[in-house]
Amino acid sequence: MSAASSPSALRGRVAEALLPPLVALLVSIVAGDLLILAVGQSPGAVYRLMLEGTWGNAYGFGQVLYKTTTLVCTGLAVAVGLRAGLFNIGAEGQLAAGGLGAALVGLALPAGTTALLAVPLCTVAALAGGGIVGYVPGVLRARWGAHEVITTIMLNFVVLAFLSWLLSGRLRVPETLHTNAIRAGALPRLSAWWAPFHGSASNASLIIVLAAAASTSWYLFHTSRGYELRAVGLQPDAAESGGVSVGKTWIRALTISGALAGLGGINFVLGYEHYYEEGFATGAGFLGIAVALVGRSNPFGVVLAALFFATLSQGGLAINALVPKQMVDALQGVVILAMAASVPEVRRLLTLRRGAK
Amino acid sequence: MRSLVAFVGVLLLVHIALLFVHPAPPVPAASGNGLDIGIVFDVGGRGDKSFNDGAYRGGERAEHELGARVHFIEPGEGSDREAGLRLLAAEHMKLVIGVGFIFTDDLTALANEYPNTEFAGVDYALKLDSAGNVVPPPPNLAALKFREEQGSFLVGALAALVGKSKKLGFVGGMDIPLIHKFEAGYRAGVNYVCPDCTVIAQYAGVTPEAFRNPGRGKELALSQYQSGVNVIFHASGSTGLGVFEAARQTGTLAIGVDADQYSEAPGHVLTSMVKGVDAVVFDQIKKVRDGTFHGGVQEYGLAENGVGYIYDAHNRALIPDSVHARVEAIRAGIIAGRIAVPSTR
Repeated sequence: MSAASSPSALRGRVAEALLPPLVALLVSIVAGDLLILAVGQSPGAVYRLMLEGTWGNAYGFGQVLYKTTTLVCTGLAVAVGLRAGLFNIGAEGQLAAGGLGAALVGLALPAGTTALLAVPLCTVAALAGGGIVGYVPGVLRARWGAHEVITTIMLNFVVLAFLSWLLSGRLRVPETLHTNAIRAGALPRLSAWWAPFHGSASNASLIIVLAAAASTSWYLFHTSRGYELRAVGLQPDAAESGGVSVGKTWIRALTISGALAGLGGINFVLGYEHYYEEGFATGAGFLGIAVALVGRSNPFGVVLAALFFATLSQGGLAINALVPKQMVDALQGVVILAMAASVPEVRRLLTLRRGAK
Repeated sequence: MRSLVAFVGVLLLVHIALLFVHPAPPVPAASGNGLDIGIVFDVGGRGDKSFNDGAYRGGERAEHELGARVHFIEPGEGSDREAGLRLLAAEHMKLVIGVGFIFTDDLTALANEYPNTEFAGVDYALKLDSAGNVVPPPPNLAALKFREEQGSFLVGALAALVGKSKKLGFVGGMDIPLIHKFEAGYRAGVNYVCPDCTVIAQYAGVTPEAFRNPGRGKELALSQYQSGVNVIFHASGSTGLGVFEAARQTGTLAIGVDADQYSEAPGHVLTSMVKGVDAVVFDQIKKVRDGTFHGGVQEYGLAENGVGYIYDAHNRALIPDSVHARVEAIRAGIIAGRIAVPSTR
């Protein structure tokens, strides 16, 4: 490559990387315009309200950060799976298990335990709760070849029903769907440091979760284990003959994946309400798939994608007075479709199909 | 590549053009001096043909009859419940209503934080302190409760009078005190008109799933009908759809709950024990307009039209006039306080 051609090559690569998502974003925005017009509202007014309710005021932005925190976790979970060539659809159950794990340890600690001790213990419990739920399909895949798409989605039902049963037995406060509140130390809300966030649910778990994203990135791209994981994801047979145990890597990948999803539980349990509530983050597990896809299975991409979907979710609430929630759901679907179509792997697949015909 | 750039340009132009389209006159922002009301539904609540939809109807009626401007919010996940209430409180609504017992904690916290805004919780669950006493809600929070046992008493009496069997059935959703109230009233109503009748009461489960399990509802109902029951009262959400299915299959009768459920199985729905969520929501908005709103526990029973049963052109053929007269007499008796209705089993 000559020195003269490299700037234009770079420009070409940047355009190649940026144009498809930009087109996807614009397609979704125009689709949003049409949807808004279809319910008889003015797109300008609705988009303005959406921006005002999310990035336009501290409370709204705090809520966006809160939702981002959970979505980063489930997005990372799916992304780590995808890197290993595995499709983890079980983040929903793993997230709930992580939340209950954190709550159980928190409830077991005596009241007034310092946060310096309680938070790490509860966080480890959340990781463990999600990790165990992720470990099971890993073993099923490695030992018996049971496909993880089936096992993880089925485990969602098993786990959620089991947690529901646990809760209804003893843990629940009568006439509610939640446990008692944790009285050991927990995570402070961001509003404790910056008053304008007052009232928003965003809390210090954001920092823990961002650290987890950075660690995941480091693990995937700067350690030999991470290299093995990606090698298995790209070409399991080649990795196997290169001396990597594919089965063990699968188990490890799904356990890490589950643990990351479980970590999301601390956002609600340690940071927001300080108790476990049934269905505390319904849908966040499945949305994690979209986050990982749009974030291209890259931890930093996942953080950005999570921020985007969190904005959409909170914005949907802010414009609820003008347009029905179903419209926002439909818009979210359009975004996922357009973004997915712009992901290189998906586009390559589409052109392959076309070429094969 | 060039065509892609052109495509981006076209999309951008279309978008900018659409931004200036105003299909309807823009809605003015909440002014603070009108009758601005906010209602937050439960997650996935709208479209339940019952509780949340009832609150929606109440809000709509207030818009037409009282000139209120009602802002509805449908949360997408758990944390959105508080966020929805907060958004409305921050926009200076005169009254913010949370629909369902699950709003209890959030409403209590917000009512304390916004002492100048009025709040109301439909089916608000009262808390007990460590000594077992009821913790009163904040002064600007109306805890709206229904006397479900009174309505259940009436449909119990009706079932026993129409049923032609000494056995009556009850299918509950989740096994919790709220649903026990229905059972207690129903049992008492049955025994009031027929002391030697027995009530078979069964629950679909111990989790919230028990309110969404039509298969289980049908199973329970079929076994009850086979044991000689002719009428089943269900208080079980969409689990009850299975009860109606069983009634249709066996040619027997079932009693709906919360809203008029006649259309679920025409000809097999004897009546429905209705909770007047719409009436209650409307009543609270009217009180705000009239300046008579006050916090505290407010119970809506037969006297306040908070509960009742359906008797109209659809089911008149199923209920003999003499039976209707008898049930109406019982209603009058309850309202006058001559008949005591238990609220616990």
